[in-house]
Amino acid sequence: MDLATLLPFVVNVIAGGLVLGFVYAIIALGYTMVYGVLQLINFAHSEVFVTGAVVGFEVFRVLEANPMNGYLKLLIALLAAMLVSGLLNVTIERLAYRPLRNAPRLVPLITAIGVSLILQDVLRLIEGFQGRFDLTYTLPGGFSGKFCGEGSSCVALGDTLRSIGLDLQLKDVILIVVSLLSLAVLNYLVNRTRLGKAIRAVAQDRVTAGLMGIDSNRMISATFLIGGALGGISGVLFGMKFGTVNAYSGFDPGIIAFTAAVLGGIGSIPGAVLGGLALGVIQNLIGVTNIFGGLLGIANLESIDASYQRIGAFIVLVLILIFKPTGLLGKSNVEKV
Amino acid sequence: MTAANPVAPRRLTPVPDRTGLLLLIFVATSALLLLSHNRDLLDTLGGLGVLLRNPIVEAIVVSLFLANVLFAYLWRAAPWAKALVGLGSLLLILPWAGQEDTSLLDLSIQIMIFAALALGLNIVVGLAGLLDLGYVAFFAVGAYAWGIFASPRFAEIGRYFVENPGASAAATAVLGALTLLAGLGGYLALQRRRADDLSGSGAWGLTLLLVAGWVAWFLAGRGLFTLGERPWSLAALWIGLVPTALGLLYLAYSRGRGRDVRGALLGLSRVLLALAGVVGTVLVARSILLLTAEGITGLTTGIDPGFFWLFLALSIFAAAVVGVLIGLPVLRLKGDYLAIITLGLGEVIRVLANNLDLYSAGSQGITPIGSASVGWFDTLAARLGFAEDQYGLLFLYVLSLLMVALILLVNVRLDRSRIGRAWIAIRDDEVAAQAMGVPLVQTKLIAFATGASFAGVMGMIFAAKQTFVSPESFNLFQSIGVLAMVILGGMGSFPGVILGATVVTLLNLRILPGLGEATAGLSWIPQQANPGQLQRLIFGAILVAMMLLRPEGLLPSRRRTLELHHEDPQEDDSAKGTGPSLTGGGGDVYSPGLETREEDEPTGGTK
Repeated sequence: MDLATLLPFVVNVIAGGLVLGFVYAIIALGYTMVYGVLQLINFAHSEVFVTGAVVGFEVFRVLEANPMNGYLKLLIALLAAMLVSGLLNVTIERLAYRPLRNAPRLVPLITAIGVSLILQDVLRLIEGFQGRFDLTYTLPGGFSGKFCGEGSSCVALGDTLRSIGLDLQLKDVILIVVSLLSLAVLNYLVNRTRLGKAIRAVAQDRVTAGLMGIDSNRMISATFLIGGALGGISGVLFGMKFGTVNAYSGFDPGIIAFTAAVLGGIGSIPGAVLGGLALGVIQNLIGVTNIFGGLLGIANLESIDASYQRIGAFIVLVLILIFKPTGLLGKSNVEKV
Repeated sequence: MTAANPVAPRRLTPVPDRTGLLLLIFVATSALLLLSHNRDLLDTLGGLGVLLRNPIVEAIVVSLFLANVLFAYLWRAAPWAKALVGLGSLLLILPWAGQEDTSLLDLSIQIMIFAALALGLNIVVGLAGLLDLGYVAFFAVGAYAWGIFASPRFAEIGRYFVENPGASAAATAVLGALTLLAGLGGYLALQRRRADDLSGSGAWGLTLLLVAGWVAWFLAGRGLFTLGERPWSLAALWIGLVPTALGLLYLAYSRGRGRDVRGALLGLSRVLLALAGVVGTVLVARSILLLTAEGITGLTTGIDPGFFWLFLALSIFAAAVVGVLIGLPVLRLKGDYLAIITLGLGEVIRVLANNLDLYSAGSQGITPIGSASVGWFDTLAARLGFAEDQYGLLFLYVLSLLMVALILLVNVRLDRSRIGRAWIAIRDDEVAAQAMGVPLVQTKLIAFATGASFAGVMGMIFAAKQTFVSPESFNLFQSIGVLAMVILGGMGSFPGVILGATVVTLLNLRILPGLGEATAGLSWIPQQANPGQLQRLIFGAILVAMMLLRPEGLLPSRRRTLELHHEDPQEDDSAKGTGPSLTGGGGDVYSPGLETREEDEPTGGTK
């Protein structure tokens, strides 16, 4: 393979990785925000995210025959998923985590694992009683087509992109746009509003924030609401990107997104985005290592294929925790007695 | 205060003696168990027979019967009665009923395997307070250690090496031994070094030397060592260079103070040396395989069953070594980070088992796996009226009973030992424990290795019982199942975790499949909503309910109860660790990211 054929291939792998990375980034935000205020790995976040995917599936299914604009359907799906996932996350916090606020640290963590398992089966049962397990998205027409493909008004732009190997589907572009919009809104919410200020205060020091008149329980609920809503968005995006979800499909993206949050520095919002994008690219690169390995004549790498992708995330996690436990953008703290 | 339950007032009046009741229940449940597992008798009973055969009813009968042992433990009764009920149940009645229905023996072995796993995890989670979510990996190590050697897979491996010999055995052995010695020696030499012990140029020199060593190793090996189909030295180069590249990238990025840089270089050197140790071990193992490949090819059913006992010891050792290997890099982390990283490493081992087709046969799994055959035991079993195909199962039953007893003994002794107290000290307050002179890493490693070794030996018994192992038996979900057992019974309580293991295993293997069977015909429950697969819901519910309502478990250890429900919460004068960063590496206690103690978490520990 020479450079001319290789370049579009590399561009495609990296672009695909970035698209995937945006999904991970939005999921990672849910982990990192909750960790920021409670120092808890919210294992249930992966199911909150799958709930979003299931809600999105249901919306698209119900509206399948409806002649309304595809983007409107997407908007409804996103809003519904945000609402359901957000409220679900708040409910989980209220019922399962709040009573354990002052318990030893392992206790809420184990509870979170339990909640995650319960939600998996509840989701399975909800869809299972309708005779479904694998939920295949019925996307509005054109979403799965090429970005700016034949017959569209921007075909020139699409052709330019394709000529450098950037062969995107319309849904990839939608995904990136939705992700960027969510990030912009989140950034505004966290950094420019009173609510965001209060959340940051609680994350920094809950007791002192309380002394300043901030109701930390409400702020924690608000954090779970925002994190859950982001989970809902990412669920719909994930469903769009991969086409099929089921009740158990939250685990892998969940663990990768958590790794992304740690990679970026847990508790740090820009860190989560950076980590998500990095892991998306890394994962895609691992997926094609066998091809590159073949190119470089390295026989050992030929056996490394997509089945090693999830290990990739874990190895990144181990290396990060050994070399820079605070993550790329995190701040370190030394424990005091 | 976590206070969901108030502390039960301690009883001052003596508990009534229940010897009579215990014996009565023993006789009644034994009769019921024997009846419900006697096919001929059930056939004559008509409707009652059908009812007793229902898997759910059977599970209830078995549970009632096993409750004997629990009662014998809990109740105040004459010692002879306790001994009679306990030993009689396990050594007489169960095998007797199992004679009629071998699935009962199978179930009992399974319960004991999980009891041992739960006891092992209990050391890690319950005593030492390290949440390990990848525990089942050690189980897998034990299972594969025996599975690979005692099955036709072994001959296949031999055949592969005969066909793809690569470099000569002697050369491989020499290179492997040198690499292993260099790696191990270097690692040990660096082990006690801190970043402050090194000068900047010393750290750089060390790292460059090591990287140069890796490259030299590669250049020397490139021509010589085409091992099998693949140039292994090339792989080793990559293995070494990836962390090097990442480490240098980090250094370039961090542009940090000298101490950071030295710490990172030291870490990098350790990783390289540890990798050298691993590569060396692989090469030595390879040379041994090469030497014996011809002979191995002939072993079409795996090695001689006589090696069973050797492998029993080996599986303990192998699992403990893997425990230490996994533990070394991750035990500096704490709490939730440790949980997620053990989860990850557990998955790594499973994915490796799934992908190393030559050794593990990938997702198809290895089968048939042999078991030990002990002459005198078979004679004994024959005398007792067991059929020939039941000898193996009965043997494994007795063996796992012995193992559980042994593991329990080890647990009890450890709990009261210096190490056990060190574990509990670490669990309660790491910093205080360290200040009192408890060596953190070493103590945690012992916990990891001990827990792992129990899982290893049981993994081997599991492989021998199933005669089949595949990666699917060792997924994350199994780890969480074992965790649920520990939590249900009570972290830190030995009788508790055995009870937890029994309850969860019965639920998992009998009640849920029974429910699934019972509802299979109902049209309003589609296949996708089959209640036979509700394990996740149940495990999850156990975890959540226990944590919220009774965090000390069903049969709590006394210490734990006092801890979780102590009446007067201590004033905690510890400041929250949010001070400006004194960047890391200042000792073994190193918390990644954020502070590890809540402002109002009781740090006082036991009182």
